[in-house]
Amino acid sequence: MAPIPGARASRPSIPRSQLWLFWIMLLLVVSMSTVLIRMRGRVSDRFAAAARPLPLSAGQNSEQPLRLYLANDMDGSLAEKPIRFPLPADPNARARVVLEKLLEEYAAPGSRHPLNPSTGVEEVYLLRVPGLPSGQLAVVNLTTAFVQNHPSGIEPESLTLLSMIATLHGNLPEVTQVRFLVDGQAHATLAGHADLTRTYLASSMQMSSDPAPGAGGAP
Amino acid sequence: MAAQQPLPAHADAAPGYVVLLDAAHGGPEPGARLTPQLLEKDLTLALSIRLRSRLAARGIAVVTTREQDNDPDADARAAAANRSHAAACLLLHATTSGTGVHLYTSSLAPASAPRAGSPRPWATAQAGYLTQSLKLASDVSEALAHAGIPVTLGSVSLQPADSMACPAVLVEAAPMLPRRGEAAAALSDPAYQGRLVDALAGALEQWRADWKAQP
Repeated sequence: MAPIPGARASRPSIPRSQLWLFWIMLLLVVSMSTVLIRMRGRVSDRFAAAARPLPLSAGQNSEQPLRLYLANDMDGSLAEKPIRFPLPADPNARARVVLEKLLEEYAAPGSRHPLNPSTGVEEVYLLRVPGLPSGQLAVVNLTTAFVQNHPSGIEPESLTLLSMIATLHGNLPEVTQVRFLVDGQAHATLAGHADLTRTYLASSMQMSSDPAPGAGGAP
Repeated sequence: MAAQQPLPAHADAAPGYVVLLDAAHGGPEPGARLTPQLLEKDLTLALSIRLRSRLAARGIAVVTTREQDNDPDADARAAAANRSHAAACLLLHATTSGTGVHLYTSSLAPASAPRAGSPRPWATAQAGYLTQSLKLASDVSEALAHAGIPVTLGSVSLQPADSMACPAVLVEAAPMLPRRGEAAAALSDPAYQGRLVDALAGALEQWRADWKAQP
């Protein structure tokens, strides 16, 4: 049907309530987008901070006593070596620093349990032991390079694990169990012998400051 | 999966004195690189074959887990030990670390001796044999010391040893380092290998008498 000449075309009108609803929703979309962008920035900052290596030292004036349990390949013993070293306050970082210091000793010339110098411990995570009121499970994440360069054999592999477990428990007594990962994954053995699939009990280990044959125990 | 497979009890065993030799690694699993030319899997096989011959010459029955360059899995090795009702199980390893021989028994918590016909968990079958394993380790340690080879004793949790229902000792050979007047010897040295084999054969001869004398 043709429009009547002279008559004004009637435009469909939008109800005022729908207009208000539109503007309110638009405002909500804009504000939520702003919040999301800010939250994304914060999370990104947090991940970036976690990826940064934790400081190995906490300053010259914060040296603390540290007990390393050093393995000796010649008689299969562990011997305590007390030292002083700056330690971070964060328990996870402290556990990693303690183990890095132990592995530094093994890489030093004259070591009685010589290991290749490489970054051995990626990270240590301390978790509550499931089902127990106290005690912590330390999950030690080793690097692939450390595992690939580790001497193969029952004795060298067992002594490395024993000394790491003993040193962790000796400096963080709340650590009662230890598990090992390699680059975040479960790994069958350290270098063909010592079992990395099990959880080791740290609290039941025999530790002595005197070299004694057959450190025995966990692995 | 043989996780809870019941094992035959010792009372059902053949009365003869049988020794099981387990040459570690093999096939695609080389173990430690002992020298540029010598792998752990090859040395353990060579020691196993030489020891088998020595024991056979003394009239001792021997079962081996491998006679060639293959790698039976841990369950197959334990099954061979348990089927043979061995009176002694020696698991042969080698490493470049330390000196002399490292002897290990299982670090499982000791359990009471198995009763005839009673099933035992596969993964911890060794727990019922720990006392005998320690006595066997003592005989091996004595024989090695008598041969002038230094010995380190320890305990370890390692398959297939933990699944073996027999007195079991892990024997890890290391080079002889010069100390306290002892002459150096490399693992590739045939004379040193001969001393090791002779000492182990002597220990298993001694264990035959000790094993028979047990209640």
